[in-house]
Amino acid sequence: MNARLNGWMGWVLRVDLTTGTASREPLDPAALRLNIGGKGLAGHFLDPCVHLPWDHPDMPLCLFTGPLVATIAPTSGRACLATRSPLTGAFCDASVGGSLGTQLKKAGLDGLIVTGRAPRPVGIVIENGETSVRDASHLAGMTRDRVRAALDCSGSLAVVGPAAECGVRFSSIMVDTHHAFGRGGMGLSWAAKNLKYLSVKGSEKVRVADPEGLKKAREDIFRLVSASPVLSGGHGFSCFGTGALYDLMDSRRMMPTDNFRASHFAPAGELNAVRYKEAYQTSKHGCKGCHIQCKKVAADGRSMPEFETMSHFTALIGLTDIELVVAANALCNDLGMDTISSAVTLACHAEITGERLTPARVLELLEDMGRGRLPELGLGAAGYAALKGHPEAAMTVKGMELPAYDPRGAYGMSLAYALSTRGGCHLRAYPVSHEILRKPVATDRFSFLGKARIIKIAEDANAVVDSLTACKFIFFGASLEEYAAAYQAVTGEPSSAQDLLRLGERIYYRERIMNARLGFTSADDDIPARFFEAPGEHSLAGDIRPVPRVDFLEARAKYYAIRGLTEDGMPTQEKAKELGLEESYRQEMR
Amino acid sequence: MIRLLAKYADKIAAARLSAPGAPLLAGLDDALVFNREAQESSVLAGVFDRMSINSLLFLPPAEPYATIIDFLAARSAEGGEASIAPSDCETRTFLHDLPVVAEFTPDALASALKRRKSVIVPGKGVVAHGTVSPEQAFVSASSVCFACFVKFFADYLAQLRCGKPDAEYQAAFERAKTFLPPMHHRAPDLPAGPFADREAVIQAMDLTGKATVGYGLVDSFFGNISYCLDDVLYISQTGSSLDELPDCIDPCHLDGSSCAGLTASSELMAHQGIVLKTGAKAILHGHPRFAVIMSMDCDKKGCDKIGRCHIECTEPRFVWDVPVVPGEVGTGPRGLVNTLPPAMIGRRGVIVYGHGLFAIGREDFREPFATLLEVENYCREEYFRRVEMLGS
Ligand SMILES: [Zn+2]
Ligand SMILES: [Zn+2]
Repeated sequence: MNARLNGWMGWVLRVDLTTGTASREPLDPAALRLNIGGKGLAGHFLDPCVHLPWDHPDMPLCLFTGPLVATIAPTSGRACLATRSPLTGAFCDASVGGSLGTQLKKAGLDGLIVTGRAPRPVGIVIENGETSVRDASHLAGMTRDRVRAALDCSGSLAVVGPAAECGVRFSSIMVDTHHAFGRGGMGLSWAAKNLKYLSVKGSEKVRVADPEGLKKAREDIFRLVSASPVLSGGHGFSCFGTGALYDLMDSRRMMPTDNFRASHFAPAGELNAVRYKEAYQTSKHGCKGCHIQCKKVAADGRSMPEFETMSHFTALIGLTDIELVVAANALCNDLGMDTISSAVTLACHAEITGERLTPARVLELLEDMGRGRLPELGLGAAGYAALKGHPEAAMTVKGMELPAYDPRGAYGMSLAYALSTRGGCHLRAYPVSHEILRKPVATDRFSFLGKARIIKIAEDANAVVDSLTACKFIFFGASLEEYAAAYQAVTGEPSSAQDLLRLGERIYYRERIMNARLGFTSADDDIPARFFEAPGEHSLAGDIRPVPRVDFLEARAKYYAIRGLTEDGMPTQEKAKELGLEESYRQEMR
Repeated sequence: MIRLLAKYADKIAAARLSAPGAPLLAGLDDALVFNREAQESSVLAGVFDRMSINSLLFLPPAEPYATIIDFLAARSAEGGEASIAPSDCETRTFLHDLPVVAEFTPDALASALKRRKSVIVPGKGVVAHGTVSPEQAFVSASSVCFACFVKFFADYLAQLRCGKPDAEYQAAFERAKTFLPPMHHRAPDLPAGPFADREAVIQAMDLTGKATVGYGLVDSFFGNISYCLDDVLYISQTGSSLDELPDCIDPCHLDGSSCAGLTASSELMAHQGIVLKTGAKAILHGHPRFAVIMSMDCDKKGCDKIGRCHIECTEPRFVWDVPVVPGEVGTGPRGLVNTLPPAMIGRRGVIVYGHGLFAIGREDFREPFATLLEVENYCREEYFRRVEMLGS
């Protein structure tokens, strides 16, 4: 029926775990054009159900890949998963690398929607035209590696670990060997459905409308990647992974230290990506179809930590042991826990209890958390701190633990954290790009000038990137201008950077509507009080000042106006109508 | 915002891209502001209504750009193309092509700007936008001027090589020629090296950067500069202005013990390669126009690399005593990081095809600055000598 589509496969697979049945449904081409793929399509299917409790059997897990995936467009073959977050209660989506997106596409699908609840642990196996729901009782409680070994799967494999099965609110879903749906605790969403794993394999081809046009767009993108110091430079991601940011964040005094009570960690110079590369004799690894190869793998096969993990398992908790960082990263992956949330929760615990952590103690705490022996810590920093009567010690936004960029050193970052629909996340607007990395041009990091609109436009742009499902990093070189050309060549849909931005605006506004429906208000669009009160760097040196509260609120108000929200950050009927989201808006008002 | 708009209006005038007071800039956060009152404001405001952007620049070009841009735009229209396709490195990498629209209306401008960073309106000027800062619009518009300048003179010479340009091109050429600024013959008095400490290095880089911009040896302010002191390479940051360097210099350890060079110029690795291969301490890179034009002039008949010269040219070529090498920006397989450093051995400078000149100094920037200036002056004279010789 959808055989004439280019780029998209035209099909979604629905699996109901209560009944153990699966059905393929054609996708409406208009919905594809409007939502692009990935995050956009996932949001489209989540929207009608997002008001349900996160563990309700009818709450869908929406996994979608993008129109460029499995073509020669340099986009890493990513996929996006969206559902309501067990950690924050808000809309949540996460993007993953590896080969999951590519395999899903080759299995003839743009996406998969899982509902229901199986009576016992199960796995979903998709191989080309066939889907089966298999008993996974024997895999219950197993770590990712043991599940992989037991299944001997040749396609892409996504697995939840014991942390999800024990109710850890920030549990992840591990994909292939080195990738994760890390944030928002969606591993727990899987466990709530008794879903232990998903295995996908396919061999279909994606139709491309204009192969010559795609080749040209690809060359333009490659040329820009080569010209990007962050990606391809001698100190860049291609050589050192995202850990390349470590020295920079330290030199800019933006390294969250001592649970964000300081922003400079004196031993940082000895803990940078160069040390890891030497110590672990790393090799390069990338997502399917990516030539940047930003993932690093140790000679012993362990995934090397990302920048956020490197920073949080050193400066944030006051330790200087790089083997601890690699081991903690591996343990979190194995148990299935988000490394950022894990570390911030530990830092919160250390602040509240006054316990001085040691490397051995950190590993012990992680193991206990992931095995369900410390259910209080398994709530995440916000839940734990509230329980202990010290909410101020939880460095979270909307209940999601903050990554490793101190907002006192980049004011755009403070807005980006506050306004991100999924909470304390750096990847929605990623102002680090211009505030620190000078791309596309540098902005003043200690100023809110122009930041409200910059954040809004960047959120829209990244909504597109997550819908295409391209890799964020490639945009340190290329821009939507080149990706619009690739999108047009693949799908045959006339498109420009601005056309895509418009779609991105719609996708992002719908997330604001969903969050409003879930009770989120401007009170949730805020960062912890600490950033407005105490200076960064070391407590004595005042080089990095607190974020000026008045200016922050003024910039946030501007953002609301620019985004088409009320003064309280609520969606308006007018704007919803303009973006063709009346139906979503009406649901909010119910 | 107004302050930022005024800053770029001044930069445009200082680079002689536009008459002082002529550029019109607009910035939008929650409210739209302009750097001055102007008739065209309503058209620009209309563009903001149609696009998700935060800044817009209208640059009415000064001569010779006005003549050049209008001529190229008219030519592209005759050829049925709504865009100009220069083949210099800057355009190839960042702008792709330069769309042309006939009308200065919000609809016409927005339709082109939705796809590209800039648009040309013949008889009016260049319009460019930004989503982060007016600097983006400035960068795009000034690159358009540079790319058109290079294409106009390079194409003219290329046409002479295979016959005679038509009367219109000749007339435009003769007219544009009269607007070229006078040549500089004296280099500025830059500090003598070697420099003993960080402060001296930064001061020398600052003065050299300002002089390079002041002498017009760069495309607006783009280029890069570095100095090696005690195994630390001090290098300008990516996207920094050569005339605003002091806060934009990254110290990069040559022993590779740190990744702090993540924000350094995209040519960091090429600079490092040059330092290691030649022992030079100082490197200055600019985009002097006639040096770029001359690097694109090739008299080899029936070359099978035509159209791929910027990455594949295998012909050993020189402009004066300076070799010309192919290479794209950065560290890719075809990157100038591979072609430039080896070519620098035993030379005072190397030109990268369609891109610009890298020059080195043993101890300070006096030497590379002089090279930049001399080579550009030589190239300009040589260009017109070749035009003459080929029978214009
Ligand atoms: Zn250059
Ligand atoms: Zn040639």
